[in-house]
Amino acid sequence: MVNDLVVDLSRAQFAATALYHFLFVPLTLGLTVLLAVMETIYVTTGREIYKQMAQFWTRLLLINFALGVATGLTMEFQFGTNWSFYSSFVGDTFGAPLAIEGLMAFFLESTFIGLMVFGWDKMSKAQHLIVTYAVALGSNFSALWILVANSFMQHPQGAEFNPITMRMELQNFGALFFNPDAQSKFVHTVLAGYVTAAVFVCGISAWYMLKNRHLDLARRSFRIAAVFGMLGGAGVITLGDALGYVGAKVQPTKLAAMEALWTSEKAPMAFNAIAFPNQAEQKNYFTVQIPAMLSILVTHSLDGVVPAIDQLQVEAQERIRNGIPAVQAMERLSANPRDEAALAQFKAHGKDVGYGFLVLRYAPQGDLSKITDADIARAARDTIPNVAIVFWSFRIMVAFGLLMLAYLVLATLMTLSNQIERQRWFQWAAVLMVPVPFLACEFGWLVAEVGRQPWTVNEMLPTWLSASTHSVAYMVFSLSGFILLYTAFAIVEIYLMLLFIRKGPEEPGAGHAAAAGLPSAGRKLAAQ
Amino acid sequence: METYMILLVVWWVLLGVLLTGIGAMVGMDMGVGTLLRYVGRTDSERRVALNVIGPHWDGNQVWFILGGGAIFAAWPLVYATAFSGFYIVMLVLLWSMILRPLGFEYRSKLASPAWRGVWDAALFVSGLVPMVVFGAAIGNVLQGVPFHFDWRLTSFYTGSFLWLFNPFAILCGLMSVALAVYMGGSCLANGADDPIGSRARRAAIAGGLAALVIFTVAGFWVSAMEGFKLVAGPDPGVPQTPLHQQVARVPGGLLANYAAHPALWVLPALVYAGLLLGALAHAIRRPILAWWLGALAWIGVIGTVGAAMFPFIMPSSSNPSHSLTVWNSGSSLVTLTWMVGFVVIFMPIIVWYTSWAFWVMRGKVSVKHVETSDHAY
Repeated sequence: MVNDLVVDLSRAQFAATALYHFLFVPLTLGLTVLLAVMETIYVTTGREIYKQMAQFWTRLLLINFALGVATGLTMEFQFGTNWSFYSSFVGDTFGAPLAIEGLMAFFLESTFIGLMVFGWDKMSKAQHLIVTYAVALGSNFSALWILVANSFMQHPQGAEFNPITMRMELQNFGALFFNPDAQSKFVHTVLAGYVTAAVFVCGISAWYMLKNRHLDLARRSFRIAAVFGMLGGAGVITLGDALGYVGAKVQPTKLAAMEALWTSEKAPMAFNAIAFPNQAEQKNYFTVQIPAMLSILVTHSLDGVVPAIDQLQVEAQERIRNGIPAVQAMERLSANPRDEAALAQFKAHGKDVGYGFLVLRYAPQGDLSKITDADIARAARDTIPNVAIVFWSFRIMVAFGLLMLAYLVLATLMTLSNQIERQRWFQWAAVLMVPVPFLACEFGWLVAEVGRQPWTVNEMLPTWLSASTHSVAYMVFSLSGFILLYTAFAIVEIYLMLLFIRKGPEEPGAGHAAAAGLPSAGRKLAAQ
Repeated sequence: METYMILLVVWWVLLGVLLTGIGAMVGMDMGVGTLLRYVGRTDSERRVALNVIGPHWDGNQVWFILGGGAIFAAWPLVYATAFSGFYIVMLVLLWSMILRPLGFEYRSKLASPAWRGVWDAALFVSGLVPMVVFGAAIGNVLQGVPFHFDWRLTSFYTGSFLWLFNPFAILCGLMSVALAVYMGGSCLANGADDPIGSRARRAAIAGGLAALVIFTVAGFWVSAMEGFKLVAGPDPGVPQTPLHQQVARVPGGLLANYAAHPALWVLPALVYAGLLLGALAHAIRRPILAWWLGALAWIGVIGTVGAAMFPFIMPSSSNPSHSLTVWNSGSSLVTLTWMVGFVVIFMPIIVWYTSWAFWVMRGKVSVKHVETSDHAY
């Protein structure tokens, strides 16, 4: 059967490469839009400073963008290389938004970013502005389609499992696209990207103020970014709440894990502000609770009930028992697709086929007739994701989110009242805030994807069954390769980013002729 | 059933279009990477070469990404089986390929010759290696790949990693590198000032003629190879899996379709016509025409392979009856219909704005330009 270590290594590799990729994506999402805003001001007012701003921030965007593109290549291929069964199981549905992402978003973004960088002297101002908007639109479209795909994993809607072809087949494209999870997640994620870019631009601008350099550029950049980020931040939190509301219905185990809710309670339910969950004993060691808050937060009412892990496990056991005959029917259909009795059996139990797969892991030689009650209980426990990780990732994400919103509101007030240049402590705070949105995004990914476990496709396909049948040696080789390469990339990226931030924007009229000069000419830097 | 069968064939053709797009567009940039040290003798000359494709490589690369996405969407079982079976090779492809965006963006950011030397090497590797793998993958698929499925359609690859570098696969890899050199050379001959342009022209002619020789050798080799024949199974157009068919190995079987439909010989003829006329076009200094003739040759190469294999997409050498065909590895009717819709709407738009981007950036890149421009790599 499937080797557990291979599954774990495949998961580690996917998580590492996805989290790494997701360090670069949010900044691109937001910064392309901010660039469009700056260039719009340049084109409408004709003031050179805004062109200088757009070009300076473009330079930093590109350093980031290159790694986003590079690490994105890995993601596009990793489903096939490492999640082979997943790919054939859901490709019919999940592949479509990925391909559309290529057609609709990547071509747009990637074709026009070349023109955006190289075309300043080749186009009219208005044409260049359109090109910049196309890049921003392209990167935002790509977020849309990848989140439509991701939401299918969280809430598989619009497809049906076909026991003859043994895969989830698309039934309703509209239902796939208008997945409520996708809609709120798209806005939540894109706005998180805007906040990331805003905090990034504010931080670097504040650093210039501290160093008393490029003050005009820094002041204007700070103001645009602060307002942009504040609006985005308010939206991130609103949509995050909506996402919790949607998620409560379709992923109750994720929600129970987020709240470390082991045992059932009556409404109004208390909220665990702090808890130290113990997965093995299924309880919290220590909690700080806020009465009634959980019902209010999740159900937006006082009498709403959130199902707890003990109850969810009982339900899971039922579904596992129901799923076993479905998988057995599938096996017979695989041998003979015209077996009417097997088809009827599948139709009767098919809605829980995923739970049948879940317990298949414990079946001796894959024989489900030998499954015991203990195996079923074990599989039911598997339906609960790692509570400590989900619980704490969620709280860190939310805390960072609120912190950033407070900071961006303050930043907006300060910049609008022209206080910002006098408050050195706030400038330092702005610099120190720069890593926060990146971390918040990473934790957000952890909440969404660790919370989805043990499934790759919620309640349909278990993670352990999704992985490719590689050897441990192959996985060690690939994981080591990625760690080596990505570490080297990170060092180079951060080095260049800091170098070009220190170097600052080109002052108008300084020219560029010397930039190509070699070290003999006494120059370390060559601007692009 | 009829509709589904037609849609599967349409997507089989579109698979060919995608592979051709990868060959022509990504291959061109890969060729420039491969030729970087040959056409550019000084740092500034190398920068000229990079800046010719500078505005376009990112857009061109989407052909490769779309290739992955579209195979996932339209041929999920092929995506799952091929990418996991070719695991180590896919990693080599990926790792060399992800050096490229960094090579372009980071190389000229520092003036240190050591720094630039490292990135030049990275660009060379990321130009050469992916094209070898691309060609070798096609070569392996032509011969059949050792894999089988269990009852759930979990695929198991049973060959060794080294087997993927068998002599025929290497030959196909060299073919794809030669074509990349032709396309990249043609692109530089058009876009770079002399002497870079004329070096590129000579490289393109050499690459094209080498590709012709390799294509001919590979053709004779293929004629002696075993092909695959669908003996029994569900009818085309019936939703099915690879578990219910019988496939036989047939000596010389890869020429069976050509014997049945002699009109197919036009496909290999396109390769000869494209590359010979292409060399001629270079001789009379018409690099754009030469580029298009190279694209025609790519159509010929992919078409030749596709026609030889139809209806097989990825035959299994260890368990031929588990072979992936056009009929058993495509997505469902609904998905294929939606995806055709998206292609019909977006492909013309993509072609339109890509052409516009090339038109805006037309004209030659010179050493003087890269040394004075604010926006050059």
